[in-house]
Amino acid sequence: MSQAALSLSNDPGLALASRPIGTVPVRLTINGEAQALDLEPWVTLLDLLREGLHLTGTKKGCDHGQCGSCTVLIDGTRMNACLKLAVTLDGCEITTIEGLGQPGNLHPLQAAFIEHDAFQCGYCTPGQICSAEGLIREGHAHTREEIREQMSGNLCRCGAYTNIADAILEVMGQEGWE
Amino acid sequence: MIRFDYARPTDLAEALREGAGEEVAYLAGGTNLVDLLKENVARPTRVVDIARLPLTGIEDTAQGGLRLGALATNTETAYDQRVQARYPLLSSALLAGATAQLRNAATNGGNINQRTRCYYFYDVATPCNKREPGQGCAAIGGVSRIHAILGTSHQCIATHPSDMAVALAALKAEVRVTGPGGDRVIAFADYHRLPGDEPWRDTTLEPGELVTAIDLPPESFPTNFTYLKLRERLSYAFALVSVAVAMRLEGERIAEVRIALGGVAHKPWRRPEAEDLLRGQEPGREAFGAAADALLEGARGQGGNDFKVPMARKAILRALEQATAGTPQSQTDKRIA
Ligand SMILES: Cc1cc2nc3c(=O)[nH]c(=O)nc-3n(C[C@H](O)[C@H](O)[C@H](O)COP(=O)(O)OP(=O)(O)OC[C@H]3O[C@@H](n4cnc5c(N)ncnc54)[C@H](O)[C@@H]3O)c2cc1C
Ligand code: SF4
Ligand code: FES
Ligand code: FES
Repeated sequence: MSQAALSLSNDPGLALASRPIGTVPVRLTINGEAQALDLEPWVTLLDLLREGLHLTGTKKGCDHGQCGSCTVLIDGTRMNACLKLAVTLDGCEITTIEGLGQPGNLHPLQAAFIEHDAFQCGYCTPGQICSAEGLIREGHAHTREEIREQMSGNLCRCGAYTNIADAILEVMGQEGWE
Repeated sequence: MIRFDYARPTDLAEALREGAGEEVAYLAGGTNLVDLLKENVARPTRVVDIARLPLTGIEDTAQGGLRLGALATNTETAYDQRVQARYPLLSSALLAGATAQLRNAATNGGNINQRTRCYYFYDVATPCNKREPGQGCAAIGGVSRIHAILGTSHQCIATHPSDMAVALAALKAEVRVTGPGGDRVIAFADYHRLPGDEPWRDTTLEPGELVTAIDLPPESFPTNFTYLKLRERLSYAFALVSVAVAMRLEGERIAEVRIALGGVAHKPWRRPEAEDLLRGQEPGREAFGAAADALLEGARGQGGNDFKVPMARKAILRALEQATAGTPQSQTDKRIA
């Protein structure tokens, strides 16, 4: 991987010439694959995934923690990739939508989202599915109402909320949650 | 995003060494600081990542209280069985804030040190005394829907956005701090500041100081409490007005009560003299109204937020009723009973 690919910034024009430029060695396991990277400290996990590693399943909606489309699992826990500096995650395991399931080998949530028509444009969907996987692992939601509240961090501008809740309820049922 | 050096200390002494200096920022969960770095609002030359420090525990204290590590996450704290059983007010306030993803990353130390959500503070193209001392305040005379109605100054009318801090104020928590000058303990009421002539200072923390823990006192208010949060939508929004009530009833009377407001001032808003009006009284509309009036005395809108004054009064009455009845506000079903 080229160094240039990891030189990421929202607005390179803001870089101050006098500021130190140095990279930090970071070990990450991404979708089961160990990676040894040298990263500039200001690179977010989201930019690393999308621009550095070309894992573009994880989406950038707002880049400010306000939409949830960048939701991934960090050591099994759902978080917003846009608000994590990648260097802070040394030693962590990251799971993105690409790691949850693949064509021909769908994750149960992916299959349920298709079955329940739980998306229209699909932009929010990878974040919704990673978030739903995190929610199921957390085990704090048991009812439709609780699912809606605990999925509130994932906005869907197409308004597929009802069907998203249906899909999650079905998978929770399969796993004996109800 | 701006450029900065990065350090990842693993013990407190090293963190304090790295944290010395003017333009240094401690980084915990990152959910607020990373945002401010992107917006060019926070401009540190060095970021000290404190997430590896051994401050993640939640432990009983010798006095019968609970010590919340600065690096325990908001999720870990909200669902901790001791917090849920003994300090349900805190658990409720935490779960009223942000979203599951954000709470999973957010830490207790980061939560109480989060910066205001004033739009002008975030927008570097507008003047803001909190961001750049002496520039002026674009919110005064500007769009002020989310701004303060109490304790404002001519320099700043921002509010503190934390829900957790409102519950901690009602619980009379203490903030444990370490720094170049040694360790100290700060009463929660003295931790956050009013803007006054130094609106750039949110708290009484000194440069280089680090929060290590938040101590909850033994009196925990497990029965009569509520956290009532009013906002623009039912979830994933900051409070316009919120009320934390912690109450202890003895027979027909109020033996102890604390009321703290969020969304109305630069810090969680408490006035012990308002609480004094209720102590020893029988709960009821009249007594609640007198306490609400005392708590809100001098409240004044800035135009866009005038609605907050009557909204706060109604919310205080409703919250006191919820606490008295032992029917705290649900953070799932948002209908206000
Ligand atoms: C879209 C969105 C919605 C939100 N909604 C809500 C809401 O409804 N209610 C609510 O209460 N919050 C809300 N939040 C804010 C969230 O709760 C805070 O961002 C979070 O608690 C900050 O914790 P952190 O560990 O991520 O802090 P960081 O971002 O790491 O740090 C925040 C600040 O605290 C300082 N700091 C961190 N730890 C320490 C320490 N131990 N000692 C001294 N200083 C320290 C940092 O230097 C920094 O200035 C929301 C955030 C977002 C992005
Ligand atoms: S209210 Fe405070 S934070 Fe907002 S613009 Fe004015 S000085 Fe800045
Ligand atoms: S892109 Fe991260 S929350 Fe919107
Ligand atoms: S499917 Fe279009 S945003 Fe959710």
